[in-house]
Amino acid sequence: MAENITLTEATYFILLALVQPNHGYGIMLKAEEMSNGRVRLAAGTLYGALNNMVEKGWIEQLPAESGSRKKEYSLTDLGLEILINETKRLKELAACGDEVLKGAY
Amino acid sequence: MERKTIWKWFFVWDFEKEEQWLNEMASQGWALVGVGFCRYEFERCEPDAYVIRMQMDKNGRDYIQFIKDTGAEYIGRMVNWIYFRKDASLGAFELFSDIDSRIEHLKRIGYTLLMIGIGNLLIGIVNSLGTNSRFGWINLLCATFLMYGLGRIHGKIEALEKERTLRE
Repeated sequence: MAENITLTEATYFILLALVQPNHGYGIMLKAEEMSNGRVRLAAGTLYGALNNMVEKGWIEQLPAESGSRKKEYSLTDLGLEILINETKRLKELAACGDEVLKGAY
Repeated sequence: MERKTIWKWFFVWDFEKEEQWLNEMASQGWALVGVGFCRYEFERCEPDAYVIRMQMDKNGRDYIQFIKDTGAEYIGRMVNWIYFRKDASLGAFELFSDIDSRIEHLKRIGYTLLMIGIGNLLIGIVNSLGTNSRFGWINLLCATFLMYGLGRIHGKIEALEKERTLRE
């Protein structure tokens, strides 16, 4: 069971980028692309986050393919559940903002 | 290729100044190619061709390979500090992009200073109590100095933690 967790922006984008299996550099490119260049994950930050998330069981490392030394990662069921819960929470958050700021932007 | 070596000393807690200086060198057309004890080796390059980043290492080869896979070059290591550079035309290059990972890095530096500081303190005390050693004060002086460094690192951590209460 996934409790309600508020994710950091980096964590959120890493999970999003791992809905399809991907490696470190691929995650950085994907996050930048999805956010139209706004979110730039730094390599060291990404490395630490990936290790943490593997430990927590949100993502898993895929068995290395022959010919490739880059580690690939993928979401686990728990990771997907966390990602879905956070997306719902963010929608609620944005809806609150919209409601209060109606017409202000 | 024209090369030069510069001898320069930075305190561990001034690592941001060190990185800034290395980037100033790069923007003047001197790219870092090697590091040693107080020694920096540069090679002529186009001005602003490289971005230099450095950090205290934790994960060794696995980490260095990971950073290299993102398009950066590994320059070398000085004790437990590792140096990277990336071709500036390949885009921005940072090692840390959020407050949490910056704090984690600073805590690692602080912990190292603390351990070396405690070591010096203990050796200093033992040496001062001994009858045949007159040099215990040197270790005690080192310990004091390292504790000052630890204080500087803690100041940086506190500033980031305050910042984190408002943003990531």
